[in-house]
Amino acid sequence: MAEPIAQPASAPQASGVSTPVRARIDRRSVPISERVIEFGLFLAGASGVLVTVLIVGTLVYEAVGYFREVPILDFLTGTSWGPQFVPASHGVLPLIAGTLVTTLVALLVAVPVGTIVALWLSEYAPTKLRESVKPVLELLSAVPTVVFGYFALLFVIPILQTMFGWVGYELGGFNMLGAGLVMGIMIVPYVASLSEDAMRAVPKSLREGAYAMGATKFQTCVQVVFPAALSGITAAYILAVSRALGETMIVVVAAGGQPNFTMDPLQQAQTLTAYIASVAKGDLPVGSIGYRAIFAVGLTLLVMTLFFNVGGHWLRQRYKEAY
Amino acid sequence: MTSANVSNLQVGNAGDRQRAVEVVVPTHGRDVSGTIAAVDSRAASSSQSASLVKAEVRGLDFYYGKFHALKNLNLAIYDKKITALIGPSGCGKSTLLRCFNRMHDLYPDTKYSGEIVLHPDGLNLVGPGIDPITVRMRISMVFQKPNPFPKSIFENVAFGPRLRGIKGKDALEAEVQRALKGAALWEECKDRLQDNAYRLSGGQQQRLCIARALASDPEVILFDEPTSALDPVATLRIEELMRELREKVTIIVVTHNMHQASRVSDYTAFMYLGELVEYGETPQIFQRPKKTMTEEYISGRFG
Repeated sequence: MAEPIAQPASAPQASGVSTPVRARIDRRSVPISERVIEFGLFLAGASGVLVTVLIVGTLVYEAVGYFREVPILDFLTGTSWGPQFVPASHGVLPLIAGTLVTTLVALLVAVPVGTIVALWLSEYAPTKLRESVKPVLELLSAVPTVVFGYFALLFVIPILQTMFGWVGYELGGFNMLGAGLVMGIMIVPYVASLSEDAMRAVPKSLREGAYAMGATKFQTCVQVVFPAALSGITAAYILAVSRALGETMIVVVAAGGQPNFTMDPLQQAQTLTAYIASVAKGDLPVGSIGYRAIFAVGLTLLVMTLFFNVGGHWLRQRYKEAY
Repeated sequence: MTSANVSNLQVGNAGDRQRAVEVVVPTHGRDVSGTIAAVDSRAASSSQSASLVKAEVRGLDFYYGKFHALKNLNLAIYDKKITALIGPSGCGKSTLLRCFNRMHDLYPDTKYSGEIVLHPDGLNLVGPGIDPITVRMRISMVFQKPNPFPKSIFENVAFGPRLRGIKGKDALEAEVQRALKGAALWEECKDRLQDNAYRLSGGQQQRLCIARALASDPEVILFDEPTSALDPVATLRIEELMRELREKVTIIVVTHNMHQASRVSDYTAFMYLGELVEYGETPQIFQRPKKTMTEEYISGRFG
């Protein structure tokens, strides 16, 4: 017992390197039950990491097999996708285009609507109304996405077809616009809920500061609360991007089933996720090029999501406020 | 009809302290036309000159829901003077301060009755038909904890002028410079106006908040325990600044710090349980309080 106490005094240099308190605890004095619990907690924590590593490992392993047969440059620059056709084509760009277009349409809906809903909930809504509206909004995120898919296909797209009919444009029964719009609606609750949390976390003192200067409610919201919550709101947007990139059922049902290299949201197209979902039904022989293509596409999706997440994280750090 | 008979004593002038001088709190006094007392004039104690009244609190009651927080307050706030509100926690001093810029309107279930009349035009600050924004455009506030906005130093100070419709780079820059100089912050940050305000020290942040308040050209500045989050050196700088500002604006300050009240203020109001116990010139309140309760509070026997 004397040793750890004497240490700081006898070795002043060591005080600069802060020893974690935990390390000073004599392991033998910890009861066995504590150590079992600690080990159990470690296992629980490690399992999450382990599963992630396994998933990425599988993706990379199978994708490496795929890229042995298909040059990676052809994969990334080819504009036609059909690995299981004869002759096979291995350009992933059509799938990436489909993914980006549906994601963009979804974000164009989810970001403004979600932000405005959050602003209203956090700053304008009376307490009682907020407490009843927020759970309902969050319920929207509990609706299975396949339901949203059919909502897009059987409700939203027919309306769009009628509206485009007025301007003399014949819109197909599957298109990225309809799928993207509904995907956006699906994501609104995520953006709204997280942004609202961020805005409500803005300290009262900042709002009072703005009001005391003579600002109106709207000026306070837009000029003080929103910028102060930007870090948290960015986090909400990142989640929205991830959700949109990874969303599968809506695009499978409503966006169409053919890879189509176009940036026109009025066309039908297939996304990365929709390709995986439509092909990975078990009738591809393990080890075939078509089977491995799934993993290559999955890896592409993972890299894209990672890219947006890292970018978003960087943005968050940049706008982080320590009030 | 009572005129506010005030004799200006200089804080720290022992000879003047011996004279009994009474501040008459006008209840319905309209006479605010007296000559402006020569502030800090050592000979002033002999001439019974009246200070100009900037604001009058008349029969003010305030309620948080059913809780009667301020009870029939009457006092006059003198123009270009510092008035300190002291009293134990929960006595209502901050509540009174926040009546002046209608901060209570931000929260539900609050009610004012009575009047706070702002001179010279006689605007009733707590009148039912008065827009709180009109009030806040004229009365500024500095808070307990420095609360700069998460923006640059420049944008923090320019916030008020922008709200008041000042546009154009030159006009804003002039306004920002004037306010920062007024808050004794210009020299320290003239080269870093675009830096985020949070990179300033706590004391500098509070001076930035004072600059922000000054930039809106207020008639009255409310200070709500402005130094309670600051170290002694920063506290002294803020106090010094407050005494400089007194040349230009009327100041009301809530403080828990007796020494601060005696150091900076010209008048002191002692409150207890929502009532005004005693109000007078600061030296009188601290040297010869008339009420036993005031004396006990000041000498630290309760609170």
